Amino acid sequence: MNIVVCVKYVPDASADRHFEDDFTVDRVGVDGLLSELDEYAIEQSLQIKEKSASDENGGADGDGTVVTALCVGPEKATDAIRKALQMGVDKGVHVVDDAIAGSDAVGTSRVLAAAVEKIASGGQRVDLVVCGMASTDAAMSVVPAMLAERLDLPQVTLGSVVESQASGDSWEFRIKRDGDTATEVIGATAPLVLSVTDQSGEARYPSFKGIMAAKKKPLETWSLSDIGVDAGEVGLEQAWTRVEATEARPPRTAGEIVTDENGSGAEALVGFLASKKFI
Amino acid sequence: MSEILVLVDHVDGAVRKPTHELLTIARRLGEPSAVFIGAAGKADGVVEAVKRYGAEKVYVVDDVEIKGYLVAPKAEVLAQLVEKATPGAVLISSSGEGKEIAGRLAIKTGSGLITDATDVQPGDGQGPVTTQSVFAGSYTVQAKVTRGTPIITVKPNAATPEEVEGAAATEEFAASISESARKAKIVASQPRKASGRPELNEAAIVVSGGRGTGGDFSEVEGLADALGAAVGASRAAVDSGWIPHAFQIGQTGKTVSPQLYVASGISGAIQHRAGMQTSKTIVAVNKDDEAPIFELVDFGVVGDLHTVLPAATEEINKRKG
Repeated sequence: MNIVVCVKYVPDASADRHFEDDFTVDRVGVDGLLSELDEYAIEQSLQIKEKSASDENGGADGDGTVVTALCVGPEKATDAIRKALQMGVDKGVHVVDDAIAGSDAVGTSRVLAAAVEKIASGGQRVDLVVCGMASTDAAMSVVPAMLAERLDLPQVTLGSVVESQASGDSWEFRIKRDGDTATEVIGATAPLVLSVTDQSGEARYPSFKGIMAAKKKPLETWSLSDIGVDAGEVGLEQAWTRVEATEARPPRTAGEIVTDENGSGAEALVGFLASKKFI
Repeated sequence: MSEILVLVDHVDGAVRKPTHELLTIARRLGEPSAVFIGAAGKADGVVEAVKRYGAEKVYVVDDVEIKGYLVAPKAEVLAQLVEKATPGAVLISSSGEGKEIAGRLAIKTGSGLITDATDVQPGDGQGPVTTQSVFAGSYTVQAKVTRGTPIITVKPNAATPEEVEGAAATEEFAASISESARKAKIVASQPRKASGRPELNEAAIVVSGGRGTGGDFSEVEGLADALGAAVGASRAAVDSGWIPHAFQIGQTGKTVSPQLYVASGISGAIQHRAGMQTSKTIVAVNKDDEAPIFELVDFGVVGDLHTVLPAATEEINKRKG
């Protein structure tokens, strides 16, 4: 199986995230890292690879399964790919080009789709494109659906449980999808786009062996022209949305804190709620 | 005035509250046209429901051929309606499915997409201006769509539904659905059990519990019922298997913005704040006086929730008589 897992490099959520003068997210002046929610996508990709290798019926090419981490982002985004390689991904592809900066989800999905097509042009079709449920910065949760649309693949998204099974010369995937009003089981045959939630299973930590091995794994860097995307199609100027203004939310003013002693806490709490007319 | 398409959010024809909010927003922007994708037999009830909130037109799309497939067919229906009606905007609820439909629709129609709007205003004639809350609620952002038909997903509680009678002229619309939109099948579906409490997204008051509950949510539920509130939980409580994921508040759960949020036994990590920081009034009960949640509160009690919550519940019930 040929698996591509999409990973994003994001500003650390515990750092002071902010915007640049042109309203883009500052991705350079703030410490960055692999978006935590993409670790679940990496984990599921590795589990699918391990299962296909051990699958008695379906090990058509179990040992031949290759997982590639694909990242679109600035120079420093290599850190996100390196973490994926340390966790056990086989190869990395980093699409980096100044013209991409400021792209919205529409532009990013265009670049990702073109890179997936280039990976497939190596001779082996891409069976699975795996994504996390959202990035931890923009958190739109739309790129997997956009990729499915652009690549004309079935979308099997927001899975909290993932099952795969060999079926003929392909693979069947089923996920559990927890919606607002129902829990569904979604099924489709590869090739497809899969996205997984943080309920899908704890992501592994890189082992010492994994960290050492990652140094020797192939990591390719592609520009827009390498994947056949015109610079005029992406970037801040070409985005189909425009941010007009950003404003830091004023910090909340310090409230009243009481310490409970022999029931005084509950009394004070009810008094507060009553004063605000919640009772 | 151009049409504003509103995708009706419903369960088997029962229209959900966010639809009323979307119709109210649509009236600010143009003429609301509701789009009902569902069983034709349920259309009459839906038409009645959306008429009360100002729908001038209702497109009824029978889903008998497509209901067994995920997301893609609905995006095709909307894309064909966009072509037919050339609307001023398309409004969709900001659920997981709603955002995915919107994402595909944006690509299909060559349109810009804005997700999770907490407000949408008409702007100065150059298309709607949206407000979003980003970076765990620490920034607000104003944005616009600059290309194609503005496609906007809107969070629950972004507007107060206004009852206004609309014409609700009904039009059946037969969309043509491609083969490739029917590849991701809904193999099984289990409706979520009603808890009898308000929906988390829609509630005016939310009482939530975390690690500090030790796994027993009865005290959280008791206070929630005394206040007429929804029950929520932190990720720590969900990961411990104490409560289903549907109750999780935070970055990977629901984002709530109620009038009152009561956090009990929740430390207040950034991931949790992302889901509740924009609540109007915040109250916390926690044993640890250094828990970061206390930085956010309007009122905090340093104490054991196992004694504070039941005592507060009893007192509230007594006052209610």
